[in-house]
Amino acid sequence: MAVTGPLAIDVEDMGFRYPGNPEVSFSKLNLKVAKGERFGLFGPNGAGKTTLISLMTGLLTADEGHIKLLGQDVGKQNNAVNKLFGFVPQDFSFYQELSPVENLQFFGAWSGLDKKTIKTRTDELLGILGLNDVRNKQVGKFSGGMKRRVNLAIGVIHKPSILFLDEPTVGVDVQTRLAIIDYLKELNKNGTTLIYTSHQLSEAEGLCEKVALIDDGKIIAQDSLGKLLKDHKQDSLEQMFLDLTGKDLRNDV
Amino acid sequence: MFKLKSTIIKDLRILLRDKVGISLMFVMPIILVVVVTSIQNSTFQLVNKNRLPIIINNNDTGQASKQLIAAINKIGMFKVSQVSGDQSEKQMTDAMHQKDATLGVIIPANFSVKVSAKSKSIAGKALKSFGLEGDSVKHEAGDIDPLTVYYNPILQESIRMSVQGAIRSALQLVESRETLRSLYFSINEKQLPASLENEMLNNKTAINEIPVSKDGTRTTPNATQHNVPAWTIFAMFFIIMSLGGSVVREKVSGSFIRLKTLPTNYMVGLLSKQIVYLLVTMLQAAVIFSIGIWLFPFFGLPALNLPADILALVIVTVVCGWCAVSYAICVGVFADTQEQANGFGAVSIVILACVGGLMVPSFAMQGFFKSAADISPMHWCLQAYYTLFLEGGKLKDVVNNIIPLFIITLVFQFVTFIGLKRKNLI
Repeated sequence: MAVTGPLAIDVEDMGFRYPGNPEVSFSKLNLKVAKGERFGLFGPNGAGKTTLISLMTGLLTADEGHIKLLGQDVGKQNNAVNKLFGFVPQDFSFYQELSPVENLQFFGAWSGLDKKTIKTRTDELLGILGLNDVRNKQVGKFSGGMKRRVNLAIGVIHKPSILFLDEPTVGVDVQTRLAIIDYLKELNKNGTTLIYTSHQLSEAEGLCEKVALIDDGKIIAQDSLGKLLKDHKQDSLEQMFLDLTGKDLRNDV
Repeated sequence: MFKLKSTIIKDLRILLRDKVGISLMFVMPIILVVVVTSIQNSTFQLVNKNRLPIIINNNDTGQASKQLIAAINKIGMFKVSQVSGDQSEKQMTDAMHQKDATLGVIIPANFSVKVSAKSKSIAGKALKSFGLEGDSVKHEAGDIDPLTVYYNPILQESIRMSVQGAIRSALQLVESRETLRSLYFSINEKQLPASLENEMLNNKTAINEIPVSKDGTRTTPNATQHNVPAWTIFAMFFIIMSLGGSVVREKVSGSFIRLKTLPTNYMVGLLSKQIVYLLVTMLQAAVIFSIGIWLFPFFGLPALNLPADILALVIVTVVCGWCAVSYAICVGVFADTQEQANGFGAVSIVILACVGGLMVPSFAMQGFFKSAADISPMHWCLQAYYTLFLEGGKLKDVVNNIIPLFIITLVFQFVTFIGLKRKNLI
């Protein structure tokens, strides 16, 4: 698949295996994502989606090859690279004892923002994500959908150029899902590159322009969604997914 | 600096909302200090001011046993009550239970006769050694039948030893009096005058007890001066229950994954925890000392006297608190679950407290444990506090305690750093 324009993400000949695990997670993996794209990473459980995101965000370190974000090498505790991206993990990644405002104040500071910017962005995000009414209440008492919105707000407080989203809508109601997807599209319009994983393939169809299917640590298909569906003579991403990865149950250990 | 300030605010907020953690760090140690000091104070009072209830069963009809009872009474350590008749062991223990006595003594039937015989024998031997020949030298007395002392097992060994020493000195007095009388009679063939007997036997030499202090003050140590510093140290190390768990909670929660992807080193997070919890330890010490000074007298306990060198007290408390915080973070970094941190933390500080001399004085320990005390940070904290609180020491006097404490703290910090590196956390 040819990628035109400047690259947001450039993974080249990347190899990785977990310490103590003889099985190779990735070998000679190549992935290129252009700036401003809405890119979906899909695959069955245990395919390597979360591991790949962990490698791209520096949580894990590749054994071979290189990973670049906007031309800069990803490395452990690389502050310059860490400023470029935002991360919305699958787990709730905030302090349950604090309110949304207090969480945003803390994570905003750790993202390198000053006090004034944090305040502006906090007001803005809580308004957009419908959390203004509960801005000073403890997050631990929130519903799953509200927590997802807080999780997202923290990930984007510093207006990252690239946003990694690991199943950001898991376990939420339809309204929250739509609100999150709408906001992500809005972010993308303003120039943020989205890297998105989900098992909600119908939702992904509405969001992602390009997709990559991963299985057993290999990219088995990668292109624009329309072209992939046409090439594989399928009507939906879900049908194509099953066609390429099979119907066997997967265990993710 | 803004990042550190924000992190400190975050940690303070989380800490203030952790009601259980706060009660563990403040309420529990305060209860501990008050209870332990009260108990130790009552033990101190029992030995020094109150009298131990003792039952004496005198089976002897002679004068020596009466003199012995009078001598025991005169010691001032016992509240004597007598039971008559030949008491079996069962009857004696029943009587002890009835009268709530912790001690019971049986004086054998032939006590006076035997004491008298032994006195005459000793007097005879003494005369012979002077080159005089007396009647008594012909007598060869047998041993006096032993007194039987029953005691309640709740009496600590140290108290039992004191009791035995006191009874022995009363016995010694009775035997000496009899020997003196025999000797006098053998030489003068008349009774020893009462005035002379009193002059010879009554102990006129007083014993002045003077606490040796570094600053020359003469404040008598008490249960408060001993216990408040010791249990303040324990309280400071007790923060492991909150801080160790907090480190683990952050480590295993999703928030840590996000923190690792942000352009800030996790060391900022650990530095913030050290500052926040060091403040907590300072507050703990201030609260416990204040209770000792102002609240203890209301409980009938002696008030705490702060050392003259307040700067030294602050420095020792800061180093001690920093050591406690470093230890808690170290445990938190290596523990995989909160249960591990809390379980290991709680047991380890009790062991460190035992080895460090908080529960049994270090000087009373033997062999291995005496040497092991040196590796317990609590030992050095306690020595420093005792130097200040009990010996009136100054900063220069506690430097030798602060240095090892500081080294142990640096070791904890280094081990923490290694743990963070090995676990890929920094």
